[in-house]
Amino acid sequence: MDIKKTKEGFNTILFGFAFSPTLNQNITEVTRLAHYFDAELVLLHVGAYNEQKEGEINRIIQKTEHANRVKEVLWKDGDPYTTIKNFVNHSDVDLLVLGAQQHETLYRFYIGSVARKLTRHVNCSVLLLINPSIERKPCQHIVVNGLDHENTSTAISQAFFAGHKLQSKQITIVEEIQNSELKISVEDDFSLKKAVKKESEITEREDKRVHQIIEEIPEKLKKDIQLKTQSIFGKRGYSLGHYAEVVRADLLVINAPKSSGLFSRIFTRDVEFILSDLPTDLLIVRAS
Amino acid sequence: MQRNQTLFLKDLPKNMFSGFVVSLIALPLGLGLALASGAPPIAGVLTAIVGGIVVSILGGSHVTISGPGNGLVIVVLGAITTLGNGDNYQGYLYTLAAILISGVIVMTLGFLKMGRLSDFFPSSAIQGMLAAIGLGILAKQFHVMLGLERGKASIAELLLSIPEMIYEFGTRLFSMGFGASFAGIIGIISFCIMLFYPKIRNRYVQLIPAPMWILLISIGSTYYYQFTGQRYPIKESLMINVPESIFAQLPFPDFSLITDGAFWSFVISLTLIASIESLLSIKAVDKLDPQSRRSNVNKDLKALGLGTILSALIGGLNVVTVIARSSVNVNNNASNRSANFFHAFFLLLFILLFQQQLERVSLTALAAILVYTGYKLATPSKFFKIAEIGKEQLLIFVVTVLVTVVSNLINGIVMGILTTIVIHLFLNKSIGVFLRNVLKPNVLGFKEEGQYVVSVKHFCSFLNFYQLKNKIDRIPESSNVIIDLSMCQFVDNTAMEGIEGYIEVFSKKGGEIEVVGLDKHGTKSEHPLAIRKLIPFSSIGPIENYLTRRQTQLQTTASEHNWDYRPNKNNDLKKLKTFIYFKTKNINYKYNQLFHKDNDISIFDVEYSEGEFIAKETIKTTMFHVKLPFSAPIFTIDKEGLLEKLYHIAGFKDIQIENHRTFNKRFYLSGKNEKSTKMFLSDELVLFLESQPYYHIECNGKALLIFKKERLLGVSEIKAMSYFGEQLLKLIEDKQ
Repeated sequence: MDIKKTKEGFNTILFGFAFSPTLNQNITEVTRLAHYFDAELVLLHVGAYNEQKEGEINRIIQKTEHANRVKEVLWKDGDPYTTIKNFVNHSDVDLLVLGAQQHETLYRFYIGSVARKLTRHVNCSVLLLINPSIERKPCQHIVVNGLDHENTSTAISQAFFAGHKLQSKQITIVEEIQNSELKISVEDDFSLKKAVKKESEITEREDKRVHQIIEEIPEKLKKDIQLKTQSIFGKRGYSLGHYAEVVRADLLVINAPKSSGLFSRIFTRDVEFILSDLPTDLLIVRAS
Repeated sequence: MQRNQTLFLKDLPKNMFSGFVVSLIALPLGLGLALASGAPPIAGVLTAIVGGIVVSILGGSHVTISGPGNGLVIVVLGAITTLGNGDNYQGYLYTLAAILISGVIVMTLGFLKMGRLSDFFPSSAIQGMLAAIGLGILAKQFHVMLGLERGKASIAELLLSIPEMIYEFGTRLFSMGFGASFAGIIGIISFCIMLFYPKIRNRYVQLIPAPMWILLISIGSTYYYQFTGQRYPIKESLMINVPESIFAQLPFPDFSLITDGAFWSFVISLTLIASIESLLSIKAVDKLDPQSRRSNVNKDLKALGLGTILSALIGGLNVVTVIARSSVNVNNNASNRSANFFHAFFLLLFILLFQQQLERVSLTALAAILVYTGYKLATPSKFFKIAEIGKEQLLIFVVTVLVTVVSNLINGIVMGILTTIVIHLFLNKSIGVFLRNVLKPNVLGFKEEGQYVVSVKHFCSFLNFYQLKNKIDRIPESSNVIIDLSMCQFVDNTAMEGIEGYIEVFSKKGGEIEVVGLDKHGTKSEHPLAIRKLIPFSSIGPIENYLTRRQTQLQTTASEHNWDYRPNKNNDLKKLKTFIYFKTKNINYKYNQLFHKDNDISIFDVEYSEGEFIAKETIKTTMFHVKLPFSAPIFTIDKEGLLEKLYHIAGFKDIQIENHRTFNKRFYLSGKNEKSTKMFLSDELVLFLESQPYYHIECNGKALLIFKKERLLGVSEIKAMSYFGEQLLKLIEDKQ
């Protein structure tokens, strides 16, 4: 699972769309993304085919600037989760895009639960869009998870790739450190001093680790992007999302949980924390 | 380590002295609290002795004093009468068992690191609980103070019959004469001593604390009657009864009610109140500590629990950290736990040496001390203070007080919490924001470019304040912190108060906390909180609309002399906090400010307080402040002795100026650097100071702070002070 085996970028993007009030924005946004990533776009609707609807979607596609990126529009009957999963796993899709509205609780819940299951079981990366728009909102600031995990290097290199393609200005790599790792409970001046010392030691160690990962990233992806590392002490996943919200990041990149094993179960909880309070667009990177 | 030892030895005398002064208060209070609890009076003193010794050796706080607490009086009294079922001594033995078990639980809380327990209670409910305890003590002791007999009655009944008691006392005094009412007269005199003592500014009177004066007067009166050969007019039953030999017949806890439900409800009450009272006191004392150290509350809980167990074994009560005595301890320069130890040691000495004299103390005198204590916990100003925060806080407070008074403490605090929750739900018109988020880790803290950022999401109330607290506790107090509440839909008063406390601690230790993101809460209607900002009572009458006579005069004076006048409260106190005079004081706000238009002079009234809870004194003083255009040595000029203790703690040295004997005699000059201070005080300056009336002057290197007395000045006095200040400034500037 090392970095060399991971190909950067995406060739085929799949967008699972629904006829929601924001369909127009969603389509505009994904075609634009396909353009930036230089990828082909497949649109998939889970539901019965209907001529009127086909006309509607085609009209929307034609209005977009990058309509040529749309390779095909597919209609499939069935349950959204299984349908999308089966399609993705039996084709060469390498990025699945799902729309998720930040403030529609019910819809978000639905998307959340589908997305949660999908992120665990599809074998490609997943991008959740919370705020698609007709006008391009530049993706200025990307926050990426710098957790000590075997897939982190993939997430970081994908973040740089995306940052490069989307012309982002800044990437912040966040090292989430669990409080339990500190092993010092602050009770008085003395333990506070010890805790502060330990914190700065851990921060230094984590920074070093992350910088090693960054060194392996090609220079051309790194230039023009400001890099920052940030240590955070707190609950994994949750504090990452909170941080992205505080710094008003435009995209949060995290690595996907592995599909099986006990470790993944624990790790999946982190993703769920982020999904429950989806602060920004979220890219879940799966090492292929 | 070596250095610490020498420091400890060097500080030993002053800790011993402070322990001695505290023991003078602890003795009457210990006797009185035990008495009010329905236990033998000596039990209170034993509690303080055991507590002082155990906590000073094993505790984790620095300048606290431990002993019997006033919060527990009502619970212990209830336990003794209920469990005893008519037999008070047996009830006392059962209660000792409950106390012992509560000690075990408190100790366990310490091991479980539950020192944050007190953070889970809404602050208005806790205030209400304390006020209700105060009312309880006042109600149960008022008739004792007047020497009247009352049968078993509830707190509410007793409170309502206070006018009747005064009437009964009055008629007895006039119909049956002085002798029959002598016990009550001692009580009333004692109460007056408690009341007026802080107002007496005589050094010699202040040498002995008020409660000790009361003991001395009570004992003295018996000697007077003895020498003049008359019979003492107070009957035996109203005098303290000390067992022949204190250590011969120690009572032992009786555990036979351990399966009883009522027994356990008392255990829970004792545990709850003992730990809350201790935790609140520790927090308050940490704020008073001139060295701003942080106490290890969990360690303290363990020590308090152990102390309680040992205390119960020899017939004592719960050992808790007590604020009033700790506050006295701080004011007498205690610097470490040894003061607590010495307080216990002197108490032991007292009861061994003066056992017989103690029997000469009348219960009415002790009751007077307690009535005052109770009154201080429930002063009307408490209600107004709460109302100022917001009407809904007053509602929580009143509900807690009422339920506690008519029912019991546990029901009171539970109702207080429920009321708070209902109010929060009502204000937010949503239950979801709480249900969805209450367990989420809603606080993010990180360090960025040397500065800490703490962001809070969803909501921040007493339910989850501990999460914010955990984060802030990990930040050294000397750092700069930004607390961002903009992602919170709701911030309650408990959280605001908690943050406020941290702001104070940080600014004392050279750090700074800035709270951002709250401004929009006040204006946006979907953010109903910042309740404290939207609907406070005080908004009915802002100062500037109701100018007093003095304020109108100030206004006129200001316009005559081309000054600016601003009557409203101002919370920008950063400049003042750097003065050593304010080191052990909490500044509330300044107001009535006069500004000079073309230099950095300002004159203002400032309100600040010293001590906490019952020992708390709010002081208002008019001060003159000027920013110096150049840097100057750090020094202070003071009338001999008035504030010398304070400055010695801060490391000031006495300085004598050669060839100016009158000056040295009249003034007390001290500073950080002797040479530069002497250089600074030129002959003309000394001459000027000698020829002028006395003002207290402190220079913090960048600015001068001048004031005449620790009180507000009249308009003409203000003019005189302003003249003095300007002349002084001119002399200093000329010399530079």
